Amino acid sequence: MLLDVNNLPDYARGAAILGAGGGGSTQVGLLAALQAVEELGPVEVIPVDAVPDDELVLPVAGLGSPDITLEKIGNPEQGRWLRAMIERETGRPVHAMMASEVGGNNALLPVMWAAHAGLPLVDADGMGRAYPEMQMISMHLAGIPATPTALVDERGHSMMFRDMDAHWLERVARAVAVAFGGFACTSDHILTGAQARTATVLGSVSKAIRIGEVISSARHDRIGGVLRHLDGRVLINGKVSDVYRRTVDGFVRGSVLIDGIREDKGRLVRVEIQNENLVVMEDGEILASVPDIITLLDAQTSDVIFTELLRYGQRVSLLVLPSPDIWRSPRGLELVGPRAFGYDFDYEPIGSTGGTTAAEETR
Amino acid sequence: MTGTTPRTDLRIGVDVGGTNTDAVVLDGSSAPLARAKVATTANVNGGIGAALEAVLAAPGVAAERVGHVMIGTTHATNALLERSNLVRVAALRVGAPASNAVRPMYGWPASLRTAVSAHSAIVRGGLELDGSDSTPFDTDAVARFCAEAARSGAEAVAVSSVFAPVSPRHEELALATVRRELGDIPVSLSHQVGSLGLLERENATILNAALGRVAVHVIRAIEEALREQGLDHAVPYFAQNDGTLMSLESTERTPVLTIGSGPANSLRGAAYLTGVSDALVADVGGTSTDIGALAQSFPRESAFGVEIGGVATNFRMPDLVSIAIGGGTTVAGSPGGVTVGPRSVGYELGEKALVFGGPTATLSDAAVAAGRATIGDRAPAPSTHPLLAAALKVCDQRIADAVDRIKVTRGDLPLIAVGGGSVLVPEGLPGVTTVIRPDHYDVANAIGAAIGTVSGNVDRVFSVGSRESDRARVLDEARGAAVESAIAAGAAPDSVEIIEIDEIPLSYLREPAVRVRVKAAGPLSRM
Repeated sequence: MLLDVNNLPDYARGAAILGAGGGGSTQVGLLAALQAVEELGPVEVIPVDAVPDDELVLPVAGLGSPDITLEKIGNPEQGRWLRAMIERETGRPVHAMMASEVGGNNALLPVMWAAHAGLPLVDADGMGRAYPEMQMISMHLAGIPATPTALVDERGHSMMFRDMDAHWLERVARAVAVAFGGFACTSDHILTGAQARTATVLGSVSKAIRIGEVISSARHDRIGGVLRHLDGRVLINGKVSDVYRRTVDGFVRGSVLIDGIREDKGRLVRVEIQNENLVVMEDGEILASVPDIITLLDAQTSDVIFTELLRYGQRVSLLVLPSPDIWRSPRGLELVGPRAFGYDFDYEPIGSTGGTTAAEETR
Repeated sequence: MTGTTPRTDLRIGVDVGGTNTDAVVLDGSSAPLARAKVATTANVNGGIGAALEAVLAAPGVAAERVGHVMIGTTHATNALLERSNLVRVAALRVGAPASNAVRPMYGWPASLRTAVSAHSAIVRGGLELDGSDSTPFDTDAVARFCAEAARSGAEAVAVSSVFAPVSPRHEELALATVRRELGDIPVSLSHQVGSLGLLERENATILNAALGRVAVHVIRAIEEALREQGLDHAVPYFAQNDGTLMSLESTERTPVLTIGSGPANSLRGAAYLTGVSDALVADVGGTSTDIGALAQSFPRESAFGVEIGGVATNFRMPDLVSIAIGGGTTVAGSPGGVTVGPRSVGYELGEKALVFGGPTATLSDAAVAAGRATIGDRAPAPSTHPLLAAALKVCDQRIADAVDRIKVTRGDLPLIAVGGGSVLVPEGLPGVTTVIRPDHYDVANAIGAAIGTVSGNVDRVFSVGSRESDRARVLDEARGAAVESAIAAGAAPDSVEIIEIDEIPLSYLREPAVRVRVKAAGPLSRM
């Protein structure tokens, strides 16, 4: 499979939905990826099985504030620099890159970096969605060490982190990213081909492309198409009637109220946000929660509304897609379940609570 | 202005539309003193001159009493859509290597890029969020860019630097170099045009530079029309996309901001004509209906940046729901399967509609058949009534849906119906307390231009400490800067009000930073 100018827009659409409101807008990342494949040729997407057992897969991501990337849109050479740093550090060849996070802009940046580093991407990622912190990654769950980790800013200033666990890495690497100006590129939780077969969320790239294709090929009922394809639910169709946001320890926290329209008139639903959309509540009841993927779509265009773009008055559909299985395990939930984000309740997979199923939605 | 008589108590609003040019004269009371509708002409000053002449001929309107002339035009929009009369631009981005990933004008429609692009380059420089140098400014690279720009025949330069909304330092350094190398070539600087979001701001800045000739052309034509009508003492202003005004000097510098002023004007005009500050507004034309919302007499803005001529920008336009419903919208099919639009007979309504003896059933005919309107010179034949009634039902439903989509508060609101086709707006819409149909509804646009206030905007990133008092200090600072900028634009100092504050915390930064957008606006100070 190839990522090229034809399917990159679909990939970006799918990645935006998997971002659960976070991961940053894919708009600029898509342009950067398009320009890279236009100049250097398509990026090959290979199955994890195609990586030799002892060669390396390089998970890559941007670390820092998506708001910074509104202005500092990136330097394509960062991909080459990360590769060189890790090869020098480990003495082993890098076979392919991988998006650490398939949700939001971190799905698109690796395409540009892979094109410039002359590497393929594997059809997998470390989250199957977007998460705010570095340790919230499947490789951590699988016991892959967080370091060595390479960090490089857009000027080529670089740092190598050694002998840290994922929590310390999150703390120190983020501080360095801030010192670099708020954003840097990282390769952490590096793994071998053999490890990648069990320690990643498989098929993420092709899944994102498929979601995008479903939406862009549907003439109408685009959201229904996504539901049918992904076993998701629409929790409410409504209007944003209040947005509350504040920053706590560098993370955006807040909530958004959605007031039902048409058949949902009279309902009022609240979405809790910590960078990503985490919890949906109605009348004190939990309708959905992390790790299930909660995404707000513009009711007219089916474009994803990222949390930073939420505004009073938007007409939205609130969509929930099932989490990748890896996060539904007890250990997965310990890392990314509601309690990991400070909520005092247990995760209930969607399907066990309210909402419209695909069959009902398209009735 | 010097040489004015003491009593310049009148203002004229002009709205140059695709079909008609409207003009109104206001004296401070809610009804216009005079009004005129003339055909828009291909040459700029023809239609405007005729409209001015018509209102000045009205009793009680003496040219020497006119203090201000406010103009809303679509010239800039049309020039971009038609790719006509555009200036070839050399685009300079100050932001390597942090912002190398996408080159200037990448992703633009090819025909627009061909019409506009002379040369582009990304040179070292740009800032960090805190205003410090990201990389040092590279004067030599800008000089090389200038040499290339000159060789390519560029007629204007557009400069965009990384984090210019935080500080324009590097854009000003670039300007100094361009002045030294290329003399007085027109230069657009991104911090004067747009807000955060490098690519969108750069796009808007390049479009702005490309509109330089159109701007000069329109400004000269208006000055000439004013002179010809004995209005050379009156101060002209242009309407901009947020519903406020800017001076000719500002318009010459940032013509791109006139794009989208039409919908903002009709919303403002509706507020003025009714005295209602919070309401929904339906502006029904011949082909389409725009439904928007007023909050404190100003158009509520859209959350998303808009595309202009196929190019993404970060301009904030009024939040509108547009539907293909207008007085000229055609009706076809049978009562059981009626088709309403999207085609419209547009400006040919007076020849094509049934009520004017024409062959085409339109929504205007449906309104007449239902007794909502009395236009034309004959009633539609009874045999057409079932079809027309079915069409009107569809039309009512579409308007009701659009109203529901634009409403954001739970309480019901009044709806103000303006525009030539506003008879189509039905009574009894769900969620609407009452439909207000003001007099002079068909010149709401020109009235909106005439009453325009002047505004000042701040859109900046501030570092804030963790204490609540820091936040208060930052907000005060932003408010003060917005008020100052409104006064600098001509607002009366004692009547400037803050009309919008938007605070967006930036994520993943350990030292809290917040993006603050403040808009202040006030009436023009007396001459």
